[in-house]
Amino acid sequence: MRVALFVTCLVDFYRPSIGFAAIRLLEKHGCVVEVPPLQVCCGQPAYNAGDRADAKKIAAQVIAAFDGYEHVVVPSGSCGGMISQHYPDLFADEPAMAQRAQHLAKRTHELVSFLTDILHVERVDAEWPGTATYHDGCSGLRELGIKEQPRNLLRSVRGLELVEMRDTETCCGFGGTFCVKYPAISDHMVGDKVQAAAATGAELLLAGDLGCLLNIAGKMKRQGLPIEVRHVAEVLAGMTAEPAIGEPG
Amino acid sequence: MHATAHDFPANAKKALGDARLQGTLGVIEGNRQRRAATIARLPEWDQLREAAKAIKTHTLKNLDLYLERYEAAVTAAGGSVHWARTSAEANAIVTAICRAAGARRIAKGKSMIGEEMGLNEHLVAAGLEPIETDLGEYIIQLRGEPPSHIVMPALHLSAADIADTFRSHHRDLDPSRPLEADQALLDEARSKLRQAFLSAEVGITGANFLIAESGSSLIVTNEGNGDLSQSLPRVHIVLASLEKLVPTFEDAAVILRLLARSATAQEFTSYCTISTGPRRATDSAGPEQYHVVLLDNGRSAMLGTPFEDMLRCIRCAACLNHCPVYNAVGGHAYGWVYPGPMGAVLTPSLVGIEEAGHLPNASSFCGRCEEVCPMKIPLPKMMRHWRERQFSHGLGSPTPRWGVRLWAFFATRPRLYRLAAAAAAWALGRLGAKQGGFRRLPLAGGWTGTRDMPAPQGRSFHALYAERRR
Repeated sequence: MRVALFVTCLVDFYRPSIGFAAIRLLEKHGCVVEVPPLQVCCGQPAYNAGDRADAKKIAAQVIAAFDGYEHVVVPSGSCGGMISQHYPDLFADEPAMAQRAQHLAKRTHELVSFLTDILHVERVDAEWPGTATYHDGCSGLRELGIKEQPRNLLRSVRGLELVEMRDTETCCGFGGTFCVKYPAISDHMVGDKVQAAAATGAELLLAGDLGCLLNIAGKMKRQGLPIEVRHVAEVLAGMTAEPAIGEPG
Repeated sequence: MHATAHDFPANAKKALGDARLQGTLGVIEGNRQRRAATIARLPEWDQLREAAKAIKTHTLKNLDLYLERYEAAVTAAGGSVHWARTSAEANAIVTAICRAAGARRIAKGKSMIGEEMGLNEHLVAAGLEPIETDLGEYIIQLRGEPPSHIVMPALHLSAADIADTFRSHHRDLDPSRPLEADQALLDEARSKLRQAFLSAEVGITGANFLIAESGSSLIVTNEGNGDLSQSLPRVHIVLASLEKLVPTFEDAAVILRLLARSATAQEFTSYCTISTGPRRATDSAGPEQYHVVLLDNGRSAMLGTPFEDMLRCIRCAACLNHCPVYNAVGGHAYGWVYPGPMGAVLTPSLVGIEEAGHLPNASSFCGRCEEVCPMKIPLPKMMRHWRERQFSHGLGSPTPRWGVRLWAFFATRPRLYRLAAAAAAWALGRLGAKQGGFRRLPLAGGWTGTRDMPAPQGRSFHALYAERRR
């Protein structure tokens, strides 16, 4: 199966190892992975800032870059949701573009749900000794219905014990530019999240969105909490040699 | 009510630092759990939501027809409908009815429309004495505060705050009386409110539904104060906004099943009171006059716009209760009558986006409000519509706007973006490698004020990928 990877701008900039983990997972399960060169960002920052014109320009660029691929896979529920749930709406008044947006939307999947729901992967060959907790990123959970998929795969990781934190479905307070426009509220939210994670005694916090992970890891480091923070793909691909998010290299 | 929505960031900061408020906000957690359990017992919940949405959508599409039908039915039952375009008109109508009835004292049931109109201030200025009869509203009226929640108006107060309030306002009672038990507070409020019910010449209630087929109004309460407010005084005034209308009782019954569960995790509220016109010759009790003041206040202008869906709102407050922002800052921070996600959409429509511009922006778009909304209102989508209007009209702070435009300039030039991103990742990666992150970064104070900024790994994905493919 020929699959195009949408790397996302955060993974490109902050943590390429997530992109390589995604490639390894996809290749292990029989995909031929390509990375279309003219991709940048899904346009969500502009879309949520009310800058519809720029959001459309960027979306059109993504639609063109991913033309012709059977499936597009994104290691992010947020960017995946932007493409699959919001692109058609962006072009609602331009029938020709709307059709192309619809077409891309239908072929676009978040990474973990692609593995479980399309490739029917039930277990992965990976090991991580210790307890881990999973934070449900808002877009993945509510726009794409991602809840059990990452948990099911994580249960197949040797040595990993999954523990649930309270309010795991509550937003971590990242919210794109929200976290810098309303920092006090965002901080209150991420403070709650970090407290909930710490209360489980887990040694590792995982999520499927780098935005949430940067926020949560940043707060944990500031509080001096010894919890590793990683993207779920890193653990599923068995690629945990890189220092965790916010750890010295 | 004087709006302070423009001060949202400062209001929010104050609320976050208020330990007492943070303690009282904690009670919402219990409401969320009970609500979830109640809904889990109702397998047809989602079908009911669809049915309710269809009822309201149909009504809004044919609002003119149903409004006329409603007015005709009210008139046929012996009541009068008064149309008010603005709060000022509505206040003048209510005052005139009270004056004509020779009223001095007014028993008032809970009404968010009354809050929107600033009715109490207006009545007091006209020399009248309105007394709130809903317990929460009574408490905040004594304190001179606006409600902080649309269902639980005194949510921001603890039992101790309420005891203090009663001691300082009920001066005729023994100052050393015990008020620690909730029951003592309830008994004291009840005895005070009985006097109000019995002496009021006019009773004012809100309406959860207006029924077009019969000209009835329907309210749900848990204290029974609505019944006494509307049946004991000589004159009954119903305050309602246009969108409270549904065609039939059958329609109201569908939405009622959603309302109580969604608002208070009850299958049904303790009281569900229907009033149709004044006392008939065969009735043993009831008011001599029945008036409905129908307020528009900007709602008809929302019809046919992206904000029309908001008019389906039944004021259950599920979106407030599930909003992480509301749960962090409480209702007063929003600076007007309607807080939380429904307020973030509605307030700019009613007081203007210039005043309320922060509200649709102060959301992480987590989507929980839309997920729990019994009327399936796409709240985040409408907040985004407000942001689009602000962006296209150049409203709000210019810094984020130029930030987005600058970023979009690069994002629409992939090759240039790639070079810039690789260079920045390399520089920040080197600077942050030793610590793993930054405790401070220029231009990123909003982030690094309270959390570290994790350092990038150092090479961009696309640079590494190109290298590995070679």
